[in-house]
Amino acid sequence: MIPLLQMQNIRKQYPGVLALSDVSFDLRGGEVHCLVGENGAGKSTLMKVLSGAIKKDGGSILIDRKEVDFHSPADSQRVGIGMIYQEFKLVPELTVAENILLGNEPTKGKSPFVDYPKMHEISRNALAQLGEEIPTTAVVSSLSVAQRQIVEIAKAISKKVRILAMDEPSAALTENELKNLFTVIRRLKAEDVGIIYISHRLEEIFEIGDRLTVLRDGKFIHSCNVAESDRRSLVRWMVGRELEQEYPKVELQRGDEILRVESINSKLLDNINLTVHRGEIVGLAGLVGAGRSELARIIFSADPKEGGSIYLNRKEIHPHSPREAIDLGIGLLTEDRNKYGLIMQMNVRENISLSNLRDVVKGLFINRTKENSVADKFTNELRIKTPSIDQEVENLSGGNRQKVVLARWLFTKSKLLIFDEPTVGIDVGVKYEIYNLINQLAKDGIGVIVISSDLPELLGISDRIAVMWEGKLTGILSRAEATQEKVMTLATGGTVEVSNV
Amino acid sequence: MKSKRLGIWLALIVEVVLLTILTSSFGGGNFFESTFLNWSNISQVIRALSFIAIMAVGQSLVIITAGIDLSVGSILGLSGVVTAVLMNNGFDVASSAILGLVVGSLCGLANGLLITETKLPPFIATLGMMSIARGLAFALTGGETIRNLPAEFLTLGQGTILSIPIPIIIMAIFAFVVGYFLKATKWGRYVYAIGGNEEASHFSGVNVARMKILVYTLCGFAAGIAGVLFTARFGVGQSTAGLGYELDVIAAAVIGGISLSGGRGTILGAIIGSLLMGILRNGLVLLNVSAYWQQVAIGLVILLAVILDRKTKR
Repeated sequence: MIPLLQMQNIRKQYPGVLALSDVSFDLRGGEVHCLVGENGAGKSTLMKVLSGAIKKDGGSILIDRKEVDFHSPADSQRVGIGMIYQEFKLVPELTVAENILLGNEPTKGKSPFVDYPKMHEISRNALAQLGEEIPTTAVVSSLSVAQRQIVEIAKAISKKVRILAMDEPSAALTENELKNLFTVIRRLKAEDVGIIYISHRLEEIFEIGDRLTVLRDGKFIHSCNVAESDRRSLVRWMVGRELEQEYPKVELQRGDEILRVESINSKLLDNINLTVHRGEIVGLAGLVGAGRSELARIIFSADPKEGGSIYLNRKEIHPHSPREAIDLGIGLLTEDRNKYGLIMQMNVRENISLSNLRDVVKGLFINRTKENSVADKFTNELRIKTPSIDQEVENLSGGNRQKVVLARWLFTKSKLLIFDEPTVGIDVGVKYEIYNLINQLAKDGIGVIVISSDLPELLGISDRIAVMWEGKLTGILSRAEATQEKVMTLATGGTVEVSNV
Repeated sequence: MKSKRLGIWLALIVEVVLLTILTSSFGGGNFFESTFLNWSNISQVIRALSFIAIMAVGQSLVIITAGIDLSVGSILGLSGVVTAVLMNNGFDVASSAILGLVVGSLCGLANGLLITETKLPPFIATLGMMSIARGLAFALTGGETIRNLPAEFLTLGQGTILSIPIPIIIMAIFAFVVGYFLKATKWGRYVYAIGGNEEASHFSGVNVARMKILVYTLCGFAAGIAGVLFTARFGVGQSTAGLGYELDVIAAAVIGGISLSGGRGTILGAIIGSLLMGILRNGLVLLNVSAYWQQVAIGLVILLAVILDRKTKR
């Protein structure tokens, strides 16, 4: 079979790092080729080279066996390459139709005036192709994350793509939305579109992929049919060593009650009751929008509650701000570390000490020796890969960024820590380290709440799983009785026989 | 938040060297004589730019939090007029000057409260204050110039200590104290954090509203200092004092490498930015460049300095 796309010996040099060294990759029409690797392995760089967003320093790209040379994304679009990036590239203030045809607007004849009826028609067709009904007049900022993802895909396919690259399209999707995405992908496959699929969730690769290519540290490692590989070997190729088990779990005797919330109500929450004990890891499951993050933010006092009480160590507390919650011993590792967690232009040291500067000040002024030693200690303990503690965090990879935020919360010496989606977009090796760290926290007698949309992960690490649906707590399952099916039933509003835990 | 700002130093040195050469005559009794590089001219130049520099210190804090303060020129005017009016109504020099500073700080406090409580964008809130403060300055004087200020007050703007003009000393002390606090205290750290990522700062336990109020108040206080010194320097209270200065102040901060998108910059940078602008203005006068062409030259230098700074950064 003639490959649709061949990338041969691609090389990309950044100052100080060889981001891609002689990487080869090929793609046939009508297949899903998964590109796999840890953060920093070079997947996104390879895709940017393909799109023409960055220049390659060596190697060649062939389409239909003819060499091409792209200088900008517009060049690659012209030959039918569509890209869906990790971060959405939609303009939130414009409508769905305006976004889908941005830079490609149909005009009335040769005039510069936009032909709106035609624009909406093309958009509707593109969405219909995906089996989606999103009003083309809706403003993008009013759409859900999943709908935005669909618009992004519609935008890509409205240009008659032959090659579609998707970089982490599932990161923000729920189970159901993911199924829809896969239906879309199968439809595109049937139309002979070649699809490059990048995801950190390995199960997706086994579900949708035909072939896979593994990159590690900018080098080609392995390529084979998905059917010829299994999870274990895939992880080994990615990490370069054997991982004993995916979810290390330490069984602990749970201690005294550390947190109890009673009858919490708010705009999005309906009468939530939950208790967390010392040394216990409570998983919080539910679909996006079930109210898990809202509950976390209320416990952390980042949002106001409309009723109910919070007890820490059996004493009722009334914090009014995150600062007061932190001082009482509550920490929240927010979802979306880039948006809500890190100060990008600050360095590793400053990001680590930010929530607990009072422990590094001497009189009025920050004691740099002390601050350095704190930063050094956590950088070593968490194995944060950075040239120095004075490196700005925007230069770190996703996993290392997450470790910096983790270090910040470890340094606050909290009694209760809430982790909101702690492993999103993080590679297997670092995930494993984070699980171990959470275990260590529990061992040290800290109460832990973990919010995650990755169900196997939640089942793997939690002592108990509390499930939410539409702002209500629909059930709490013990580790022994929790299964994917039971959690999903509760998360979609069903009922399950549960023991009293 | 630290980056090597070689470009701005380079620009300053080039400027000084160039002006020295262009204004020098060699030979004669001394080895060389320059109408630019001599203590009397230099101290006058720096005194003239000290008002801008003092305000640039306050403005820098605001810009580092990703805000902007358009009202500093008007606050300068109002504080100066308040001080002058009080003295003419029998208040002693010290309390008049202090009340001038209080009025400046209150304007800043009002800015801070508007921005944090009503969530107005800083541009709008301070645009409103720009008009209010200027209007108050006119209302207070009926547009008249206030003369006959006490001699001891004038010393503040015209006197020297060890032959250094007092406004320069005040500028240096103010810049040093604010700069050191910004660098070495947790409040300083919070200022950078808020400008870098306000949401993340909030979730990290930074009291964002309180810090912003503090920063805008300090910016108003700085404009108050400039207002009192300005009045003492020129010996009259004028409601038009400082008209349009906000743009010079913002330009000085930006030339000094303070990022308008927040999170980056230093007080030292803002001071150098002020020096660069003030020295250029003086140099153009010494070189007999017409006032019209001075404007063009200053505009070009602002653009050049910022381009140079971006190129040499990292």
